[in-house]
Amino acid sequence: MNIHEYQARDLLRRHDLPVPPQVVASTPEEAANAAREFDTPVVVKAQVHAGGRGKAGGVKLAQSVDDARARAEEILGMQIKGLDVRRVLVAPAVDIAREVYVGITLDRAAARPVLMLCAEGGVDIEEVARLTPEKIVRTHLDPVRGLQPFAARAASFQVFSEGRAALGLARVCLRLAAAFAALDATLVEINPLVVTTAGDILAIDAKINLDDNALTRHPKLESLRDLDAEDARERKARARGLSYIHLDGDVACVVNGAGLAMATMDLIQHYGGSPANFLDIGGSSNPEKVTTALEIIQSDPNVRAILFNIFGGITRCDDVAQGLLTVIETSPPRVPLVVRLIGTNEERAREMLAGAKLETASGMDEVVQKAIAAARSAGEAS
Amino acid sequence: MSILLDAKTRVLVQGITGRDGSFHTQQMIAYDTRVVGGVTPGKGGQSVHDVPIFDTVASAARETDANASVVYVPPLVAADAICEAVVAGIQLVVCITEGIPVQDMVRTLPLVHAHNARLVGPNCPGVITPGAGKIGILPGNICTPGDVGVVSRSGTLTYEVVYELTRSGIGQSTCIGIGGDPLIGTRFIDVLQLFEEDPGTRAVVLIGEIGGTDEEEAAEFIASKMSKPVVAFIAGRTAPPGRRMGHAGAIVSGGSGTAAAKVEAFQAAGVEVAETPSGVVECMRSKLSIQ
Repeated sequence: MNIHEYQARDLLRRHDLPVPPQVVASTPEEAANAAREFDTPVVVKAQVHAGGRGKAGGVKLAQSVDDARARAEEILGMQIKGLDVRRVLVAPAVDIAREVYVGITLDRAAARPVLMLCAEGGVDIEEVARLTPEKIVRTHLDPVRGLQPFAARAASFQVFSEGRAALGLARVCLRLAAAFAALDATLVEINPLVVTTAGDILAIDAKINLDDNALTRHPKLESLRDLDAEDARERKARARGLSYIHLDGDVACVVNGAGLAMATMDLIQHYGGSPANFLDIGGSSNPEKVTTALEIIQSDPNVRAILFNIFGGITRCDDVAQGLLTVIETSPPRVPLVVRLIGTNEERAREMLAGAKLETASGMDEVVQKAIAAARSAGEAS
Repeated sequence: MSILLDAKTRVLVQGITGRDGSFHTQQMIAYDTRVVGGVTPGKGGQSVHDVPIFDTVASAARETDANASVVYVPPLVAADAICEAVVAGIQLVVCITEGIPVQDMVRTLPLVHAHNARLVGPNCPGVITPGAGKIGILPGNICTPGDVGVVSRSGTLTYEVVYELTRSGIGQSTCIGIGGDPLIGTRFIDVLQLFEEDPGTRAVVLIGEIGGTDEEEAAEFIASKMSKPVVAFIAGRTAPPGRRMGHAGAIVSGGSGTAAAKVEAFQAAGVEVAETPSGVVECMRSKLSIQ
């Protein structure tokens, strides 16, 4: 789960990291009041789940209260990477002497977290990793003990030669590692961490990604989810136990299992179609999941055909067939259905669907090709 | 011949009284797997499907001489179940559970290694040696004994490919789902090594997907260490970057883990990559007839 910068700053402050004060404003007037409270200059920053906010014009320096109001008004009306900016963060501007990058993420290949430091702050770290990987100081955390103080010092002295700054950085690294573990994060990042002209260390930007699998043991963190920032269909799917991701095509697919769902999308493209979604109805699927899946899919106006590709294991084909029959009876789909059910109880499913208003297919290639053809003729008819 | 599992493997079921544990115990027994015991703390002394239940893995292992276990317990206690099994001396632990916090796995994997045990999964369908037995949830009826090994990060996509192999008369030595999580106990290269050493395996199907770099690692391994032919398939060519595609590990992040990079790595290593699941079967058929 992604959270906003202001939420990440809040969490890091609670883990004793040096985060300057901030106010979150959703109107220009609130931003002006915040600027009055802090003394100017202040920074006004868009709060959206997207990188590159600065380049998009979503981060502005304001020299006065009026200026803060005007900048906030501009930013609050913006879209960044297609996302509406609903809030801005207002914080006092700081005099920066140096800035560095500090982050901890999971290194999948090494099966442990890794601390990354870079002597240049405010950078796109993925870009640096690709172009000049030697500029990143990488230190793996011990899988059981976490980041050990000696390892934090060794890494910090590679970034700052001067003792006070290096030890200050090491302290930040240790607290960040503690936050990473306590929050069950998959990424914690301060970019940049700055040393002010007065020699203080401050975290002036923060990013945290949380492990979705761990949210059940952190119920308070679940409340940080910004429902407005999510696609309404994806939100509804998650609430009903489905995994759905919206895409731009016109051939929708309902599949059980993530790998088969991806392969089905790929096959739609392979045969010249364009997938409308990723949708995994999961293992022990009941008829209601099928009806929900069809509701969600049909709320996408681009969809011109829907295919079912179900390989029954735990999922029973007769359950899926029952769901299909219910939908056809109660709210007939507005687009053609092409169905392939195979595996557990497939014969029973076939009997149930005989005579139903849908097309069937036996192979995966066949169901995809038939659905693409159905979408095309629907497109020509409209 | 086969890898990891044969007709002599003695299996414990951790979480045997739960809905999934109980159902799949029945399925495993129906496939003639030697399920020798189950574990549910507090229900020791009872039985399910005539399988005796124990309170701890240690007591179950002592009484039954089990050498493998399968974990069906809920996600927040699954890492503990894995640790309990390896500490009790179980050599092969297959974890079916989906949704284990990744930092639990960071802390668990070193313990598995310290006990020289093998963990398959988590978030996997398990292992099946057709005709000999199965550990996990792979449907037995789609498999047939033979000499092609199958290794995959997914569940139902594996069933799809295995089903097509079987229909084309290509039997399998062992099929293994290694799991869709970012951190798993057994990776592609571990399984490739086992298949390479297994005299009962003549060729291998590898089914990968977006996320991580295990496929790239596998490509390098095949090029440098394998004599047996491998046919690969990669799912997720159309997946949008930055989005998790169902599996916790299936995500393209910061331009790494793309399907294109994986396909390229395999092709550079001389491994044929099928464009479609049914294409896997065609490629495999031609490999087997050339050999």
